[in-house]
Amino acid sequence: MMRALTYHGKKDVRVDTVPDPEIINPRDCIIKVTSTAICGSDLHLYDGVIPGVKTGDILGHEFMGEVVEIGAKSTLKKGQRVVVPFPISCGSCFFCSRQEFSCCDNSNPVEKQDASELLYGHAMSGIFGYSHLTGGYSGGQAEYVRIPFSDVGPIVVPDHLEDDKVLFLSDILPTGWMAAENAQIEPEDTVAVWGCGPVGLFAVQSAIVMGAARVIAIDEHPRRLELARQLGAEVINFKQTHVLEALMEMTGGIGVDCAIDAVGMEAHGMAPDNLLDMAKQKVGIGADRAHVLREVITAVRKAGRVSVPGVYGGLADKFPTGAFMEKGIQMRTGQTHVQRYMKDLLAKIEDGSLDTTFLISHHLPLEDAPKGYDNFLNNQNEWTKVVLKTDAAKAA
Amino acid sequence: MNDRRDGTIAGLAGLGLAVGGAALAAYLSTRDNKRKKHPDDSPGYTMRQGTGAYDVTGRTVTIDKPRQELFAFFRDFQNLPKFMENLESVVPAGAEGRNIWKIKAPLGQTVDVETEIVREEDGELIAWRSVEGSDIDTEGRVKFRDAPGDRGTQVQLIIAYKPPAGELGRLAAKLFQREPSVQARHDLKRFKMLMETGEIATSARRREDTRAAQQENA
Repeated sequence: MMRALTYHGKKDVRVDTVPDPEIINPRDCIIKVTSTAICGSDLHLYDGVIPGVKTGDILGHEFMGEVVEIGAKSTLKKGQRVVVPFPISCGSCFFCSRQEFSCCDNSNPVEKQDASELLYGHAMSGIFGYSHLTGGYSGGQAEYVRIPFSDVGPIVVPDHLEDDKVLFLSDILPTGWMAAENAQIEPEDTVAVWGCGPVGLFAVQSAIVMGAARVIAIDEHPRRLELARQLGAEVINFKQTHVLEALMEMTGGIGVDCAIDAVGMEAHGMAPDNLLDMAKQKVGIGADRAHVLREVITAVRKAGRVSVPGVYGGLADKFPTGAFMEKGIQMRTGQTHVQRYMKDLLAKIEDGSLDTTFLISHHLPLEDAPKGYDNFLNNQNEWTKVVLKTDAAKAA
Repeated sequence: MNDRRDGTIAGLAGLGLAVGGAALAAYLSTRDNKRKKHPDDSPGYTMRQGTGAYDVTGRTVTIDKPRQELFAFFRDFQNLPKFMENLESVVPAGAEGRNIWKIKAPLGQTVDVETEIVREEDGELIAWRSVEGSDIDTEGRVKFRDAPGDRGTQVQLIIAYKPPAGELGRLAAKLFQREPSVQARHDLKRFKMLMETGEIATSARRREDTRAAQQENA
């Protein structure tokens, strides 16, 4: 038996004792988790706005640990220290061979694909701990995790880099990086990033590394804006400032070249469209709060580029089709193809060109995970990132 | 409900096919179907309205493997239970091209159906049908064609069937999640997973939680 953070209902998660995982398929491995983080997208589950989460599901998709068991076709060895990417990918289908790992055809179990096919037209890859639409896999906020296709996903990390330096290779660092890449940044570009959560901040950092001339970060929490500023961004507090007007003025009336929506489906703020979306979301009809998505399309310059790493899961109306078409905007989206970026980003962590530890505000034992969820949601100014440690981490 | 009827409903759906002989041919695809009722280039089973007593269902997946390899794997019917969830086994029945399909039925029962291969084109097509006098009248075919752009092979499974015991029977089958169109779709995707990755994805945490284990214990 093991301890694991499980879903019991809206804003109700608990650490329960549940059965250990086992090797099932030949390419599986089992890892003993040392560190695991709470992701901003876990808060969408916590808030009950992602469909297909069941009582007893183990959450968590940012985790790392030690390989303790291997299937016959795993290429890992017991004792190796690995970071696990959040999308589960087979490595050999059409999409994986194009490095579009989060589109993997073969990792979302067949019987789980029906609902996404109905909703999205196609089923996406499996994801650890993220609803039954993406497979219903047990997640990483646990002492042990079964890792399918362990010969494709996990990356072995060197012992001299402690967990906090490499843990975010599992999701938010590559997600911030791909967000910046999707904005197709050119030299002299001005990039605006909505949301200074972990992904937004890593997108700020990545945009600067990729050569953006200016990065403007938008949030309401002073502490998060301060972190963005320390990375080299200018900031706008949307509680105090008219964002659209400010962006136009700061860019000499042109608008930003690239706009990144690192907020997603639960936008805050009191704009009229958002209040209406909030009402619809409360009713539970799969409505996304798309305020930021509308704003990035309005804010970006003519023929500009929009990148959407923020999570949306359902439907939205009042999508500004006119602005989107008439202005000749390009938009790129998607769950991150984590496996594509891990090796390069690990090298950047090793040579010091990327730092991830500045983000972590709190370390908690796994047992205190519910407290972490509560504060990450309700005290966003101070709680910028929560890393959970298991007993295995203490022993190591 | 007597035993035999019970078995028949699950059995029909389990095979994913049950049909009175010629119904299948009329629907197979546009190329096979030049009747005036079919208006465009799509497969006949995608029409909004059926035209007869038989339901026709079909599904295509693209599998990133050579056509000949997929054909050979499928042609060895003993491989089918590896991805067709409701098949317990398929064993040769003596005469060339004849097999006995053992189909899982509710309450741990099984139903046997003997089939014969009625048409075979190497690397391209296999069609089969239950032999005369079987309890269950079934028919189906699988087609293999090269996918464009080096994407492997398009595999199309086509099934024509008369809803078992009418609408009520189909509803019963659906309750067991063995409605043929759903089953065909799931089986084909499992086939793809098996051929492309060597295994079939499961999100179970323990072996006793897999679908296969739960079916056995049901």
